[in-house]
Amino acid sequence: MATIDSGFATPDTSTYRTCGFTGLRVERQAELLIRVNAVAAVLFLAWGGLLGLSVALTRWPAVQLLPAEWFYLALTGHGANVLLFWILFFEMAVLHFASAIILGSRIATPRFAWLGFIMMVAGAVMTNYTVLRGDSSVMFTSYPPMMASQWFYLGLIIFAVGALVNVMVFFGTLVVAKNEGTYNGSVPLVTFGAITAAIIAVFTLASGAIILIPTWLWSLGLITEIDTLMYKVVWWGMGHASQQINVSAHIAIWYAIAAMCVGAKPLSEKVSRGAFLMYILFLQLASAHHLLAEPGLSSSWKIVNTSYMMYLAVMASMIHGFTVPGAIEAAQRRNGYTRGAFEWLRKAPWGHPAFSGMFMSLVMFGFIGGISGVILGTEQLNVLMHNTIYVPGHFHGTVVAGTTLAFMAMTYFVVPLIFQRDIVWPGLAKLQPYLFGLGAAGISVFMMGAGTLGVPRRQWDISLSEAALGYDFPSAAYLMMGLNGLSAILAALGGLLFILIVVASILAGPRLDRPGAKMRFPLHQGGAEAVAATGSEGSPKLPGTIILVTIFFAAFVLYYFINWKYLSELWLFQ
Amino acid sequence: MAISSPEQRLWWKQPIHGAELAWIIVVFLWGLFMFFFMIAWHFIGNQNLSTETYRVSPDSYVERVEAFADEFQATDASGNLMEEEGVPVVRPPAGGDAYLVARLWEFWPILELKVGESYRFHISSADWQHGFSLQPVNINLSVHPGYEHVLSLTPTETGVYGIVCNEFCGIGHHSMTGRIRVVE
Amino acid sequence: MENGEKPQLERIPAMQQLLDNPFLLLFLGVTLPTVLYLIWGIMEVASVPVAH
Repeated sequence: MATIDSGFATPDTSTYRTCGFTGLRVERQAELLIRVNAVAAVLFLAWGGLLGLSVALTRWPAVQLLPAEWFYLALTGHGANVLLFWILFFEMAVLHFASAIILGSRIATPRFAWLGFIMMVAGAVMTNYTVLRGDSSVMFTSYPPMMASQWFYLGLIIFAVGALVNVMVFFGTLVVAKNEGTYNGSVPLVTFGAITAAIIAVFTLASGAIILIPTWLWSLGLITEIDTLMYKVVWWGMGHASQQINVSAHIAIWYAIAAMCVGAKPLSEKVSRGAFLMYILFLQLASAHHLLAEPGLSSSWKIVNTSYMMYLAVMASMIHGFTVPGAIEAAQRRNGYTRGAFEWLRKAPWGHPAFSGMFMSLVMFGFIGGISGVILGTEQLNVLMHNTIYVPGHFHGTVVAGTTLAFMAMTYFVVPLIFQRDIVWPGLAKLQPYLFGLGAAGISVFMMGAGTLGVPRRQWDISLSEAALGYDFPSAAYLMMGLNGLSAILAALGGLLFILIVVASILAGPRLDRPGAKMRFPLHQGGAEAVAATGSEGSPKLPGTIILVTIFFAAFVLYYFINWKYLSELWLFQ
Repeated sequence: MAISSPEQRLWWKQPIHGAELAWIIVVFLWGLFMFFFMIAWHFIGNQNLSTETYRVSPDSYVERVEAFADEFQATDASGNLMEEEGVPVVRPPAGGDAYLVARLWEFWPILELKVGESYRFHISSADWQHGFSLQPVNINLSVHPGYEHVLSLTPTETGVYGIVCNEFCGIGHHSMTGRIRVVE
Repeated sequence: MENGEKPQLERIPAMQQLLDNPFLLLFLGVTLPTVLYLIWGIMEVASVPVAH
């Protein structure tokens, strides 16, 4: 590639600055890479989010905004832009942050990191252009034998390889930091979470390459046939596992924000890292969630994979679901909020958008995305909602209410600490996570409700007015789709606000690189040390967390058995 | 430099918080329960997706479905062949084979089944991938071209049921439906 | 702070050594799903019999 020769050469001596708020050593290239990846992420979020709004308004039967052809085009673009581009650009920023910044190191090979970034931009733009041209409305999943333009696949391949290059740079940075002794002992927990995300990313992007390269050759006419079932098995190795990069990354962010906002330390390093280890080993098996209603795959394969090997990865998620609020409770009690079971929670910094976004992400990821994911991933229960709009309901609970909200929350620290500009419009910034969170919860829950009533996903017209043999969905389904549209408007407002605040802050926010400057949404005293440290909390009392997880567990068990009850009332089939 | 050295070098040896340990045990056991319940449902439940599958060429599958429809097309009281909207209504023998083909953009033919009878139900696609979504029962299956999926299916209530395609299959996707009638 | 003059630090437990080794974790985290999910899954698809 000629592009890297043109000006990104770095001198052998890296330049560092010392952060005035955290005391962290920040290397110039790392900082620049985080900035460009974060900006690209936010731009693709804006574009993908706009497409998402148009999709939701089209699926609102009373509005039906777009004509059918445009709808399928917009839905394809929405999937690629938010599930892949927004998320992976932000994750690249997270990886550079968790390696170079937290470890106080330089980036291993900045040239390759820039090359990767340029490839990602080129691939994402190419895919978007192809989708907009209108000949590649094949959905994000692009199942054969439906064929997209060759540029669609090629764009995705270039994007994936670029991301893989950046992941390799991340591993290289870990080696550099260790060799140059920028930290002692083990890496901090947040970095460990990022390592988990990076490992899953390697499997994900490799699966993507394995399947998209032959599919690209097929679109060029060099291969005659792609086996539909084979494609689906390997594609979901990318499609589902890529969302588990998100899970690992946003959980790392939960730990980071808990440390930065209230000074939380993990309850037990061993437990939290053990939980991440379960992710590394088993989380990716859940790609089988999309293949439970498929012919030709045995029940043994389905059960072993869909259960993440006996639910060990679900166990890991529930452990994080205990230890993150537990760590916050322990820290808040140390901070003096010790009355009753919940003073620590009531007096948490709810006006701090990083904290409120993070805590809502935690709760909604667990209650909405997590529980529904296990139900969908149960071999037999899957038949109740496979490919209904319940599935998008579930993953908007994980990816929008969980990941996107957590990434937004983190951005309220990235802007002041990395861009060194303060957040503008603090009143709106306080409101933003609530607006977006409420909208995201709404779209998740209402789509799940509509899916329970049989509404298909990726479908333009549930009144089936153009079908020869009609079928009337219950009126409740129409109501749910309308409420979904309203929630999407809320979420879009929250998203727009986010983008305006971030862009305005970066361009015109008060400069923070001067001595004595103060952050509008500050770090907790000692928060920076907590995020970069290794060490367990000890044995504080955690009555509030115990009550919260008990409520969660009861909801989980109840909903699980309700679905078995539904299943047992179906026609008999075996 | 602000990065603190590890407070506990051997963090692996730190004791685990009591409540945390209890929670780990609870969720581990719950995971085991959910795992074994899936296996148990294969023995105690009546809703388990068959894995009986054959490789088949789409053309020869369509031929078989057409032969099946010709042989078993239903007749009304006056002996006329039955159709709805131009689609034949087919009455497979109870306990016998029932064929359905998904294609751009219909599920063909209309099946008329007897309640409480079990059928060997075959489904495959003639062209692209489709989604078989039986409504309002809410049984949802993926349908692939080149793969014939066979399940034993027993309707439990009479009525007229819709089939809606729930896998995106091009611009006519939202007009792709079918019908199953269940009679006494 | 660790006391650098101590002649012998206590040995790091095996599990902690594993968790401190990102490349060993990378190997495990790629191999396991490749074998259990991808290879096993592809073998399942490849072994679907042809209709008579």
